Amino acid sequence: MVIGGETRAAIEREIAKYPKKRGALLPALHLVQAERGFIAPDQAHELAAIFEIRPVEVMEVVSFYNMFYDRPQGRHHVYVCTNLPCSLRGARQLLGALESHLGVKPGETTKDGRVTLGHEECLGACAYAPMMRVDETYHENLDAAKAKQIVDGLK
Amino acid sequence: MGLEAPYVTGYLSEHFADAAFGKLEGYVAKGGYEAAKKALKQMSPTEVVEEVKAAGLQGRGGAGFPTGQKWSFMPPGSDKPKYLVCNADESEPGSFKDRILMERGPHQLLEGILIGAWATGAEKTFIYVRGEYAHSARELQRAIDEAYAKNLLGEKILGTKFRHDVVLMRGAGAYICGEETGLLESLEGKKGQPRKKPPFPAQHGAFGMPTTVNNVETFCHVPHILRRGAAWFKGIGTDKSPGNTIFGVSGHVNRPGLYELPLGTKLDALIFEHAGGVAGGRKVKGVIPGGMSMPILPAGMLDVPMANEFLRERKTMLGTGGVMVMDETTCMVRVGCVISYFFRDESCGQCTQCREGTGWMNKVLNRIERGAGNPDDLDLLLDVAGKMEGATICAFSDAAAWPIQGLLRHFRDDFEAHVKLGHCPFPESFAL
Repeated sequence: MVIGGETRAAIEREIAKYPKKRGALLPALHLVQAERGFIAPDQAHELAAIFEIRPVEVMEVVSFYNMFYDRPQGRHHVYVCTNLPCSLRGARQLLGALESHLGVKPGETTKDGRVTLGHEECLGACAYAPMMRVDETYHENLDAAKAKQIVDGLK
Repeated sequence: MGLEAPYVTGYLSEHFADAAFGKLEGYVAKGGYEAAKKALKQMSPTEVVEEVKAAGLQGRGGAGFPTGQKWSFMPPGSDKPKYLVCNADESEPGSFKDRILMERGPHQLLEGILIGAWATGAEKTFIYVRGEYAHSARELQRAIDEAYAKNLLGEKILGTKFRHDVVLMRGAGAYICGEETGLLESLEGKKGQPRKKPPFPAQHGAFGMPTTVNNVETFCHVPHILRRGAAWFKGIGTDKSPGNTIFGVSGHVNRPGLYELPLGTKLDALIFEHAGGVAGGRKVKGVIPGGMSMPILPAGMLDVPMANEFLRERKTMLGTGGVMVMDETTCMVRVGCVISYFFRDESCGQCTQCREGTGWMNKVLNRIERGAGNPDDLDLLLDVAGKMEGATICAFSDAAAWPIQGLLRHFRDDFEAHVKLGHCPFPESFAL
């Protein structure tokens, strides 16, 4: 058993909410991903057993959704929204500033494993552009200096 | 981080600046759950459906389908369990109204859901919140817990025999899950690839059961309609598009933000009177009136009332009311590059026309922007866009084609100049 006891219990509570077991697969993936920051093959196999589906059916869901990862990630995700409303207000310059500050390109992780940088499609913060999402938190109305300060504060 | 309350408020958002309104006690103090009491204790489900039909409420998720009619599609007296789904997968670029409706007025949404559940006979509602809206999901779950604790959800609601459960599920970052059948697939733990219709969700929806899917804002209007009556609601907005909506204004304006105004408010009034006009004293070049799927309007067409019956005459639609304003420095080929990148990235890959077409359009647009386009590329774009329309399982492919067709309809000169000069002639435009 690679998935922790508490996570398993939380998965069972999710399963109880749905008329069919598989309805709880996305909630379960969120829970399991919180353990290591991605869905590893051993976890996918165990989830498949819990949900009585094949491992490939777990992994096709993982690969379909942007917020699920099939490989190790930095300790923090920093995503700059580069959709049109944000681009009109300088999102590309913001992303560029973070790229040079962190020394990585979008999709890459810093050598110390601290930050995975990326750009993302519209995050629903269009009037507060440019903005970025750091893990589960939105930071809005940014400029390069503020964004660098926030990123520097990540452990 | 806090989303600012709308600059102009109306019946939906008038208390959004007050944090207490987000809590059950504060909501009840403003008359909250009175409409649900009236529905459950004094009205039959049919009477509720008829009231919403009479009000003429149209769905606020983009398609504008009449809500009462949608509810009436649910089979009455079915022995199968019936479900409601609240589509809170707000991902249409330019739209951010559902986020504030969940964060500042979660009980208003829950009350709308409860009334909808009574009207349709649904035993459970699944609220599907986009994965990135972690804060919205937390606020909403807190409100759901409060509602359960006070007998507004669960068994014997408000002392009646009615039972209803609400389950909040978080998505995981896929625009296509905002399409109602893509959402249903996702709710069932699968890739969010839309289903063929028929069967429609009212016959075969979530987990194979009769289901109605409504947008967050749509539900939020319902308590107000029951409290003040269909005639009151019909008195707001235009004859064909009644009620308020929450417009989101973004891009090159002085005061980007949310504005709750009646449908039929003129687009130029929204931009110049409410949102403070264009920043830096520059002129408007174009405006996308209803989220990125909707075709752009040029500066000369902004005197249009924001309601579908008027916008359709100008070959665009209200969509989600996300208004994106672009000033005179903007390169419309770059706008096309950003739009086509989005649709290429978010295509679920199920239908060939969409999967291939979105990629082709993006490739050709990037080529034109780089100055490497050739004169045939403009017609090639229109040819590809035409073949993507009406040919696929869901409307995503159409939504990818329309904005590119709109750009070429109104800003063909921009495209031709790139091809002719071999470079982008807009040095001050936003960066790609």
